[in-house]
Amino acid sequence: MRIEVNGQAREVTATTVAAALAELGLAAARIATALNGTFVPKAARGDTHLTEGDRLEVLAPMQGG
Amino acid sequence: MRTFYGVMLDTPLMLGTALYPSPAIMAEAFRVSRASVATVSLRREGRQGQAFWDIIRGFGVHVLPNTAGCYSAREAITTAQMAREVFETNWIKLEVIGHADTLQPDPFGLLAATEALAADGFEVFPYTTEDQVLAARLLEAGAQVLMPWGAPIGSGLGLNNRYGLKALRAAFPDVPMVIDAGLGLPSHAADAMEMGFDAVLLNTAVAQAGDPVAMARAFSMAAQAGALAHGADPMAPRDMAAPSTPVLGKAWL
Repeated sequence: MRIEVNGQAREVTATTVAAALAELGLAAARIATALNGTFVPKAARGDTHLTEGDRLEVLAPMQGG
Repeated sequence: MRTFYGVMLDTPLMLGTALYPSPAIMAEAFRVSRASVATVSLRREGRQGQAFWDIIRGFGVHVLPNTAGCYSAREAITTAQMAREVFETNWIKLEVIGHADTLQPDPFGLLAATEALAADGFEVFPYTTEDQVLAARLLEAGAQVLMPWGAPIGSGLGLNNRYGLKALRAAFPDVPMVIDAGLGLPSHAADAMEMGFDAVLLNTAVAQAGDPVAMARAFSMAAQAGALAHGADPMAPRDMAAPSTPVLGKAWL
């Protein structure tokens, strides 16, 4: 299905957030996720299902002031 | 002694991690300044996150994630939740921005987000103005620290409203407060600390200086000098001169 990952359209076979991260090579990365603007805790990624057009945000540590 | 959610800081300097010429210069700035807190953020995964996080962890300082760039309470709350998971801390420097040119806090969004996050176990450091009414509401909402701005973020203007900041400090004598944003020179930091603020938070003034490492050290010395001076109970200013050399015993010439 087609979803948006960090603003970019992506075609994924995954049906959960956890599987999508694995597909994107981010399974082990230090990241946090939000789906359609709502935080998805790490423990909930496996049970959080994706549907066509979902917006997935994957954020990582970055410089800040 | 006022603590930050029970944490006593070794030095009154909080330093940002952005805008340095290189990671090595940032590391050196942290080392020489002995900053006790590092602010960090979350951005879309660019594969550099883990490496950056490893550098910051190596500093051995407290980490204060921010919600920089959020323009609504909802955005800031979600960002805070994500930051708590990634950085493994309940501390959050809460920014809800209301205006793109001044980066002035949106007081209404800030209050809503503070209330929600404090109820969810966060230890909120709200980036606010010197407004006393807003300060009281933020404290009621669960914030136990306030971070009033000196001047707009990145402006380097110093303490734009000394009267307002002084009044805020006096109105809430038990609340730990950090002057966050707008500092440009070490004298601004010393001024803030002399006024009785508990720490200063800065980034651009150090990172964008011609020599960030020297400037980090200068800010550190100034902040500590200001804190020492505040604790030493400064003399009251007076309008007329008063001789410091004894008059008694002066020669009759």
